[in-house]
Amino acid sequence: MSVLKREVLPLKTSNDVVLARQKVRQWAVELRFSLVDQTKLVTAASELARNALDHGKGGSMTIEVVNVAAKSGLRLIFEDQGPGIPDIELALKDGFTSGSGMGLGLGGSKRLVNEFSIETEVGKGTKVTVARWR
Amino acid sequence: MERISVLRMGTLLLITIQVDMHDKLAMQLQDDVTQRISEWGSTGVLIDISSLEIVDSFIGRMLANIAAMSRVLGAETVVVGMQPAVAITLVELGMSLPGVRTALSVEAGMELLFGSAAATNSGSSDERTQA
Repeated sequence: MSVLKREVLPLKTSNDVVLARQKVRQWAVELRFSLVDQTKLVTAASELARNALDHGKGGSMTIEVVNVAAKSGLRLIFEDQGPGIPDIELALKDGFTSGSGMGLGLGGSKRLVNEFSIETEVGKGTKVTVARWR
Repeated sequence: MERISVLRMGTLLLITIQVDMHDKLAMQLQDDVTQRISEWGSTGVLIDISSLEIVDSFIGRMLANIAAMSRVLGAETVVVGMQPAVAITLVELGMSLPGVRTALSVEAGMELLFGSAAATNSGSSDERTQA
């Protein structure tokens, strides 16, 4: 897998979530994703960026244009140094929420991307990596 | 502070969301709508989201909250103009906006609101004739 382009954005305020969405949209348009695919990726980014902000007490989003074999796509990495997730399976279930949302953030965004992985350690933080291929 | 304007048209409130909302702006809108309904006695709320490029779970929840709060205050809410890509994404995300009435266009939304207002009026006059 080769990374052709990379940028890191902070996620410290709710306005940063808006900026993160706009960046993902811009790069998805540049890669000529279809409108539906753009919308799915931007929506997933919005959910995960808000998670990092609300539950992880802020963090960052890394956005990358990646190439694997013949396919290219966008990879997004959301990292925070928050409390971590004690039970990932539970957190991925629809309807589970520890905050004020609808509990669709993690499980819902997983359905909107092609690849999804999560690493978390209680007390250390959480790292969610997603990718969508063009 | 920036704000989404809530317009009054007769008994209706009209809201057009044209900006990529951050979360505080969405919360502010919820407060403003309920405030206006009680101030102006509005019976219908029409929210145009045709300019919104995404609706995530937070904005979806805000729309559902506005519909629920308005109903408690005696006003019906219709959300109009959702883009097809947004609808596809919302359902895949797991939100089908239960409890929120939707219409394709502003006109169709107005018809729904005026239709339900007429039904309420005739309903209450029936009760009076019976009593």
